[in-house]
Amino acid sequence: MTAATLPTAVPAESQEENPWARAWRRLRRRKGAMVGLAVVALFVLLAVFAPLVAPYDPTATSWSAVRKAPSWAHWMGTDEVGRDVLSRVLYGARASLSAGLVSVGIALGIGVPLGLLAGYAGGWIDSVLSRIVDAMLAVPFLILAIALAAFLGPSLTNAMIAIGVTATPIFVRLTRGQTIAAKVEDYVEAARAVGNPHWRIALRHVLPNIVPPLLVQASLAIAGAIIAEAALSFLGLGQQPPAPSWGSMLNSAQRFLANAPWMAFWPGFAIFFAVLSFNLLGDGLRDALDPRHR
Amino acid sequence: MLAFLTQRVLQIIPTLILVSMLIFGLQQLLPGDPALIMAGEERDPQVLEEIREQYRLNEPIPIQYLYWMKGVLSGNLGESMRLKSSVASLVAEKLPVTLQLAGMAILVALGIGIPAGIVSAVKKDTAWDYGANIFALWGISTPNFWLGILMIFLFSVTLGWLPASGYVRLGEDWRASLATTVMPAFVLGNAIAAILMRHTRSAMLQAMSADYVRTARAKGLYERRVVLKHALRNAMTPVITLGALEFGTLLSGAVLTEQIFTIPGFGKLIVDAVFNRDYAVVQGVVLVTATTYIVLNLLADIAYVLVNPRLRG
Repeated sequence: MTAATLPTAVPAESQEENPWARAWRRLRRRKGAMVGLAVVALFVLLAVFAPLVAPYDPTATSWSAVRKAPSWAHWMGTDEVGRDVLSRVLYGARASLSAGLVSVGIALGIGVPLGLLAGYAGGWIDSVLSRIVDAMLAVPFLILAIALAAFLGPSLTNAMIAIGVTATPIFVRLTRGQTIAAKVEDYVEAARAVGNPHWRIALRHVLPNIVPPLLVQASLAIAGAIIAEAALSFLGLGQQPPAPSWGSMLNSAQRFLANAPWMAFWPGFAIFFAVLSFNLLGDGLRDALDPRHR
Repeated sequence: MLAFLTQRVLQIIPTLILVSMLIFGLQQLLPGDPALIMAGEERDPQVLEEIREQYRLNEPIPIQYLYWMKGVLSGNLGESMRLKSSVASLVAEKLPVTLQLAGMAILVALGIGIPAGIVSAVKKDTAWDYGANIFALWGISTPNFWLGILMIFLFSVTLGWLPASGYVRLGEDWRASLATTVMPAFVLGNAIAAILMRHTRSAMLQAMSADYVRTARAKGLYERRVVLKHALRNAMTPVITLGALEFGTLLSGAVLTEQIFTIPGFGKLIVDAVFNRDYAVVQGVVLVTATTYIVLNLLADIAYVLVNPRLRG
C-alpha cells in the first residue's frame, strides 16, 4: 500500500522498493486486473452478506408465484416452484465462491508441500511424485473430478474435495519446477553455507521466492474450480437441492427454457462474471509479478 | 530417430500403469461394501456372493488390481451392471459419436482461433487486437453448458432453426447429422478457439520480430506473403503442440455438451453411468479417455519433432 504514496520520481527498478509494493503498483496500472479485483470483491461481499441483501428466503417456495417473469417484486423472476431467482443467485455465490476457495486451498495445501519436497529433495522422491503427477494430469480435469465425486458420493463437500484433489498435480508440478530453479540461486547457497537445516531453507528461503507464480496459478485455478463446481452441481454431483447453486439452477432451468428463460440467464451470468473476474485478476497478476515482463 | 521414438513410446508405459492404478483405486473410495453398492437394489446374499466372486472382492487389493488389469489388457473393461453389456462394447458404440463431435469442434477451433490470432498479432494494439483478446477472455470464461443452453434458447426455442437435442448418425443422413451436431460442436470448439487464438497471437508476435521476417521484408515481399508464408509457418509449430494439450479440454467439455444436447456419445455414457452408480462403466470410460489423451499427446510430441528438423537426432 505504501506504493501509493511513493513519489513518481522514484525509478521503477528502485532497489529500495519492497517487491510486493512494486507488484501492487504494477497491478494497479492494469485496468482489467482492477476490474477483476473489484468484481471479485463485490461477489465476496454479496456472498458474505447474502442473508441481508437477499429479498427472500432462497428455499421458500410459493405456489402462487411459479415461473413469474422478472418484475419489481422479483427482479430476476421466480423458478419452477416459485422461489426468488435473485435470492438464489445471491446464496449460490456462497456455494460457488467457497468451492473455488476451498478446493484451491486443498490443492495448495497438498500440492505446495509435495512440490517443495520433490524439487528440494530430488532423487527417487522426485521421480515417484513426478510420475504420479504425470498420471493424474493424463486424465482430463473434469473427467477426473466427475469420477472422484461419483465415487465419493454427491455433496458440496465431496465436490470440493474432488476438485481440490484434481487441481493438486498442477501445483505440485509448478512448485517443483520453481523450487528446482530457486535452489541453485545464491541466496539459497548462502543460507545453506551458514548451516540452516533443510526444512528451514525450503520454508523460509525457497517458499517466499516462489509465491508469485503460485499466486497467479491460484487465481486462475479458482476460476477453473468455480466452473468445475458449477459443472458438478449441474450434473447433480455437487450442492444438493433445495440448497441453491448456480450449476443446479441451470440444470432445472434447461427444462423450462421455452417459457421461463430468465431461470437460465441469471445463474449463467453469475458464473460467467465470477470466472471472468478471477481470470482477469490472474492475467493481471501474471503481468505484474512475472519478472520477464519487468 | 528410431531411438527417440522407442524411448518416447516406452516413457508412456509407467504413466499408463499409474493411471490404471489411480482409476482402479477409485473403487476404494466407495463408502461401505462395494458388492452391496454394485448390486444396487439387489439384496440377495447369493447375488452379492457372485459379485464378490466376479470382482474378486475377497482377495487383497493388489491381487484384485492384477486381475482387473489382466482383463483390461485382454480388452475386457468389465461389465455394465445396469445395461448388462460389456464396457468395451459400450465404448466402441459411443466413441464414433464423440469423435465426430470432436472433429467438428476442432474445425471450429482452428477456423476461428488461428485467423483471430494472426489478425490480432499483425494488427497489434488496434481495435482488431482488442476485439480478439476480448473474444478469447469471453471464450475461456463462459461455461460451455451455459453457452449450450443459450444457443438452444436462440436457435431452437426462439428461431426454430435447429433441433435442441438428439443425434443422427453421419452415415444415416448427413444433413440431419450436421443439424444435430453443429451447435454442440460450436460450443465445444469455442473455448479451444480462445486458447488457440492466444497461442497463435504470441507465437506470431515472436515470429514477426525474427530476423528471417525482416529479411523477407527487406527483399521487398508483399506483407501478406511475409505474414502467411514466412511468419505463420514458423509460428504454427508451438501452436500445434500446445493445441494438442487441449484434447483434454475437448474430452472434458464433451461430457457436459453431450449431456445438454442429449447426444449419445462418450460423455453421456459416463454421466449416465454416474447417475446409475454403474461404477465399472465409469472406470472403463475414464481409463479409455486417459489412454486416448496420453497417446494423442505422444503423437503430438512426435509430430513436433518431425516438423522441426533441428530436433531430429
